[in-house]
Amino acid sequence: MISTNPQLNRSGELQHLLTTEGLPATILLEILDTAESFVGVTERDVKKIPLLRGKSVFNLFFEPSTRTRTTFEIAAKRLSADVHNLNIAASSQIKGETLLDTVNNLSAMYADMFVVRHLQSGAAHLIASHVQPDIHVINAGDGSHAHPTQALLDMFTIRRYKQDFQNLRVAIIGDILHSRVARSEIHALTTLGVPEVRVIAPKTLLPAKVERLGVHVYHDMAKGLKDVDVLMMLRLQNERMQSANLPSSEEYFKYYGLTQEKLSLAQHDAIVMHPGPLNRGVEIDSAVADGKQSVILPQVTFGIAVRMAVMSILAGN
Amino acid sequence: MNIKPLQLPEAEQLFSDLVSKIRPDINENVALVGVRTGGVWLAQRLHQELCLTLPLGILDISFYRDDFDRIGLHPKVKPSEIPFEVTDSHIILVDDILYTGRTIRAAINELFDYGRPASIRLAILVDRGERELPIAAQYVGAELVLPSGKMLNLQQGDDGKLSLSLYDKQLPE
Repeated sequence: MISTNPQLNRSGELQHLLTTEGLPATILLEILDTAESFVGVTERDVKKIPLLRGKSVFNLFFEPSTRTRTTFEIAAKRLSADVHNLNIAASSQIKGETLLDTVNNLSAMYADMFVVRHLQSGAAHLIASHVQPDIHVINAGDGSHAHPTQALLDMFTIRRYKQDFQNLRVAIIGDILHSRVARSEIHALTTLGVPEVRVIAPKTLLPAKVERLGVHVYHDMAKGLKDVDVLMMLRLQNERMQSANLPSSEEYFKYYGLTQEKLSLAQHDAIVMHPGPLNRGVEIDSAVADGKQSVILPQVTFGIAVRMAVMSILAGN
Repeated sequence: MNIKPLQLPEAEQLFSDLVSKIRPDINENVALVGVRTGGVWLAQRLHQELCLTLPLGILDISFYRDDFDRIGLHPKVKPSEIPFEVTDSHIILVDDILYTGRTIRAAINELFDYGRPASIRLAILVDRGERELPIAAQYVGAELVLPSGKMLNLQQGDDGKLSLSLYDKQLPE
C-alpha cells in the first residue's frame, strides 16, 4: 500500500502523528485500544514499563503549555524514555536559528522522537518532512490547525463513558474559529462514526463554511444542546476578547457559558468535557465544572495513557 | 496450512496430567497467573479445578517483549490484571508452550513491577525444549521434540476443549 498521507509509512502504519484528519478509523481505534492497557500501569507499584528504554524524546515547546507538556513528559517517562524539555524561549531560536536547524542539531544528538508545539500551523508537518526516516514526530498543537492527542484523549474519554460512538449526539461549544482542538475533534468524531456532531458558537467565532466538515451549526445554546450526549467545551482565549470578536466576557457567559440550567437541556446523563485551562465564569460555570457530569479531570488522567499509546505505536513502526 | 508430520498428544489429557502434578502444592497462599492467550485459558481451567481462593491474574507481556525494536507493538495488546497483592505471594505462572523462554522472562519482569513475590513457579502444558534463556518449568504436561521450523499452537474450541496443532513458522502469535 503506497500512501500519500505524510503520517503513514509505506505499509500504512503510523509514522508521525500530525493531525486526526485523514487517519483511518482503524488507526484511531488501535490507539484507543492500546491506551486501555496503559491505564492500569499507573496503579502498580512500579509505574513504568520498559518499552522505550534507551530512547530519547525531545519536547519542543515553542509556545507555553503546562498540562500538555507535562502529560507528554509523564507518558514518556512511564515508558522509560529519556525526556529532554527544551525551553525554546531561552534557546537558539531568539538568536536567529531556523526551526529546521534546531531540529537538525537535536537529531545529531540522537533524538528518536520529537513532540512539537508551535504557534504556526504546519510546524510539526514541516519537521516531519525533514527528519530521518527512523525519527517520529508528534504534533502537540500547531497554530489553529490541529491538536491530535487532545482529540484522541477526548475520544478515549467519550468511549469510556458512552461505550461506543454510533448513537451519539456530540456538541462542541465555543471558540471554534481559533481552536485546533475543535478541528481535530471534528475529524476524529466523524471518522469514528458519530452520527451527529454539532458546533455551537456566535457567528464571529465560527470559521467560514464550517458545515463542510460535516457538522450542524447552531448559534443558540437552547436549541443546540437539546438531546446532546456529550458537551465538549472550548476555552475562550482571553486574547480574542480584546479583538473585535466579542463585546465582553460577561455577555459571552450570558449566552454561551455553560450553567447547570443550560446543561439540563441536554440528556440527563450527558458528560461535560473541557481541554483546559478553564476560564471559570466565562465559558463554564464552576458548579458545572466541578459537578457530577463533569469528566474534565479524568480527561487529564486518560491523556497520559493515550500519549503513552501514541508514543509506543510510533516507536514500534 | 495445517500439516501433520507427527502425532501430537491430546491437550485435554495433558491438562489432566498437569492438574494432578500441581494439586499437591496448592494451598490458600498460592495464586495463579496466566500469560495471554493460551496461558489464560489454562489458568482459568486450573483455577476452577484446583478451587483456588486467590483471584486469577492475567498478564499481557506485550510491553515487556525483547523484540519490540524489531517487530513493534503487538496490535492487539490487552490490559494485564493482577487482582491480588503480589508482594510476598506464592505465584504459579501458567503458559501453554515453553520454547525459547523469552515470554517467561518478560512475564517475570512484569510481575516484579507489581511487587516482590515470595516465589514464582512455572506450569507449562508442553515443553518443546530449545531454550535460549536459563528458564525451567516445575510443572510440565509433556515434553516434545519438534522440528525447529514448526510452531506449536494451543487452541480452545467453542465447547472450551483444548487442542494442539502444528504450523509453519510465521503464524500465529
